[in-house]
Amino acid sequence: MAGIGVSLQADVRVKAGALEIDMRIDVAEGEVVALLGPNGAGKTTLLRALAGLVQLESGRVALDGVVLEDTRSGRYVPTEERSIGFVFQDYLLFPHLSVLDNVAFGLRSRGVRGPEVQRRAAAWLERVGLADRAHSKPSALSGGERQRVALARALAPDPHVLLLDEPLAALDATTRAAMRRDLKSHLSGFRGVRLLVTHDPLEAAVLADRLIVMERGKHVQTGTPAEVTSRPRSPYVADLVGVNLFRGVAQRGSVRVAAGAAVAAAGAESGEVFAVIHPRAVALHRSRPEGSPRNVWHGRATGIELYGDRARVRVEGEVPIVAEVTPAALAELKLGEGGEVWLSFKATDVGVYPA
Amino acid sequence: MRRERAPLAIGILAAAGAAFFILPLIGLVVRTPWADAARAVTSADTLEALRLSLVASLTATGVALVLGVPLAWVYARIEFPGRSVLRALTTLPMVLPPVVGGIALLLAFGRRGLLGSWLESSFGISLPFTTAGVVFAETFVAMPFLVLTVEAGLRSMDRRYEDAARTLGAKRWTIFTRVTLPLIAPSLFAGAVLCWARALGEFGATITFAGNFPGVTQTMPLAVYLLLGTNPEGSYILSLILLVVSLVVLVGLRHRWLGSA
Amino acid sequence: MIAASLLAGCGGGSQTSTLYVFAAASLTDAFKAMAGAYQKQHPDIDIKLNFAGTPTLVTQIEQGAQADVLASADTANMDRLKADGLTSGDAQVFAHNQLEIVVAPGNPKGIKALADLAKPGVIYISEAATVPAGKYAQQALQKAGVTVRPRSLEADVKSVISKIELGEADAGIVYTTDLKAAGARVQGVEIPAEDNVVATYPIVAVKGAKNSAAAGAFIAYVLSEAGQSTLASFGFKPA
Repeated sequence: MAGIGVSLQADVRVKAGALEIDMRIDVAEGEVVALLGPNGAGKTTLLRALAGLVQLESGRVALDGVVLEDTRSGRYVPTEERSIGFVFQDYLLFPHLSVLDNVAFGLRSRGVRGPEVQRRAAAWLERVGLADRAHSKPSALSGGERQRVALARALAPDPHVLLLDEPLAALDATTRAAMRRDLKSHLSGFRGVRLLVTHDPLEAAVLADRLIVMERGKHVQTGTPAEVTSRPRSPYVADLVGVNLFRGVAQRGSVRVAAGAAVAAAGAESGEVFAVIHPRAVALHRSRPEGSPRNVWHGRATGIELYGDRARVRVEGEVPIVAEVTPAALAELKLGEGGEVWLSFKATDVGVYPA
Repeated sequence: MRRERAPLAIGILAAAGAAFFILPLIGLVVRTPWADAARAVTSADTLEALRLSLVASLTATGVALVLGVPLAWVYARIEFPGRSVLRALTTLPMVLPPVVGGIALLLAFGRRGLLGSWLESSFGISLPFTTAGVVFAETFVAMPFLVLTVEAGLRSMDRRYEDAARTLGAKRWTIFTRVTLPLIAPSLFAGAVLCWARALGEFGATITFAGNFPGVTQTMPLAVYLLLGTNPEGSYILSLILLVVSLVVLVGLRHRWLGSA
Repeated sequence: MIAASLLAGCGGGSQTSTLYVFAAASLTDAFKAMAGAYQKQHPDIDIKLNFAGTPTLVTQIEQGAQADVLASADTANMDRLKADGLTSGDAQVFAHNQLEIVVAPGNPKGIKALADLAKPGVIYISEAATVPAGKYAQQALQKAGVTVRPRSLEADVKSVISKIELGEADAGIVYTTDLKAAGARVQGVEIPAEDNVVATYPIVAVKGAKNSAAAGAFIAYVLSEAGQSTLASFGFKPA
């Protein structure tokens, strides 16, 4: 097992078809970092670049200060000499080898010989609870079992870095929850650099200490899961978290958003800001509401979706916004698709932070 | 699952296509004088030709595997100028009349050939009229089938398995032998069988380059051809023997390797 | 098909009819010239020539190939066709041929007689005994009392000549006519008459020939003075 104090610094520019990836990744000692982004953001390519499987346009990758790759000096440590464990999205277990030989593959490649190979591979299978499947072929395993074999195979040669590409995406929903807990415990048992790629915010939040959000090859936001969810910095993150996000210019108590509309916000002072409003804070009315709310908008309901005990209503007015009400309230409003509706929210329910 | 039924037109054309192959075989079976067949099967000449055919075609397949798999790998993986031209040149024997192939082999490896004259003067090695010459001719004609099949297999395999092996510390040779080759085993097998079948039936290049002498260079197809003139019934019997041997091998191997009929 | 036979049956003056002539491979050049000359005189006849080893031709006819005339390189194969009941009338000898030793130009191995074929270092190749030339070569060696193992039994005379031309083999035994046709590419060494074998070429109309009248006329032409002089120009001895 790698000693404590392994860190990764990478500054990577890669071309992947039309996509240009330009990312800086720092993983400090003891951290689990999740790279979160939509499909096609370049996450997998970035991970492959860190492993040396993709040619860098320019950049530098260093592990514990030891340079693995630097396009300026021309240094390139080939993949097979990097101390990296890689769990691929669909696991890529060698179909012609038994489970045990899959786990032993990295040990043999790294020069371990004799009965030691079997012993260590078997010990890893024991750890992931698959000792009884040692002689099965991967095709005979369930999705969850394959995931555990892939993890054992990647960890068996004691790498300093563990890269996981969508480790749970290939699993069905019921297995995924169990495997998430399982994976979390294995990740905490590993003391090297842990970097995982996912498009699932829940997975990212459960497994990682810190999130790096990337979109279209570029860095969007970094922070703990709590920071990222409370202060989203892109429509993608806002969507994932399920909040309304506006970007505009603050001016004495209000934020001027696109199309000239303004959102009254208690904390707004000046400069480019994000304004975030939770859908629960948005109230719907059949007629223009009276009273204190500073923000009163009028629009047309364009989408109504029920989520258990809540209903989400998308309202298209000057600025589109989503409101969340109870199904009972929705029934009382007699609101159907395309129906006209008023909405209101308090200025104090608008979170404002610099863009 | 419901059984799929063929549209009438496709069924008729498929039946005609199958009949096109089956009828000549029936003709061979019907016209074979079975009374003489037993004697012909066990005659020393027949056994000698059959033995030579099997030895030469299997050796040619072995040579084709040793040289052809690396060639296919280079074609599939390495980009270099002139690759498509080189590929076309090395697959030319598939369309070249085999006799022309035999002459080309003579011009290269014959006693006065480009390389052959050097082989003869330096090592006293002369390929024409030898069993090695038969293997040369068969390899020349049959190897392209293996190369093309294996190249297709290499191109269609999921290369990320090789990436996975690299992240596990495997060097290129280890990846090739322990990951790539096992993954393309079906293509490798199909290519080898095609190559072997082509080598077994080889006639034109063999008789041109290696000549024809019983026990040395006379393979079954040569024996069949030469017998056709004087003893057609004898040649039918030899053809049937060749056919049965090929059929047994092809059906047997397919069953064993692909697990289906 | 039906229309064609009806037209042929009418025998209209300007109507051409096709004559299928199967001839031994050794007759290739001579019969091409023969057919050309004959067609000049008989523009209404279209001769289609098919050349192969004589045994192959006989097998083709046995299997129902459309043939009107067969010109064979030996009597054995002609007898075979006759035994099959596929000949019409008696076969007539129209030419003879003799054997010669073929060597590379300049005769680098210094071969002077059949006995030299057995010298160490000489690669001798023969035709397979299934074709007439191969059988004749064996007979000639027997007469001369020479025992030599050929390195290869080639399918026909032309293969023997081309392998000697290419330098793969040093010597072979072929027809005089083939040597003449090969010109300067190879060189001939004569075989004395007492060891030589004379090949006999018979010609016959095939039974059931579509065009038996034309077949008879063509055979007569081959045997005529004009036909014989054409054959002589290719090195054949007269009938």
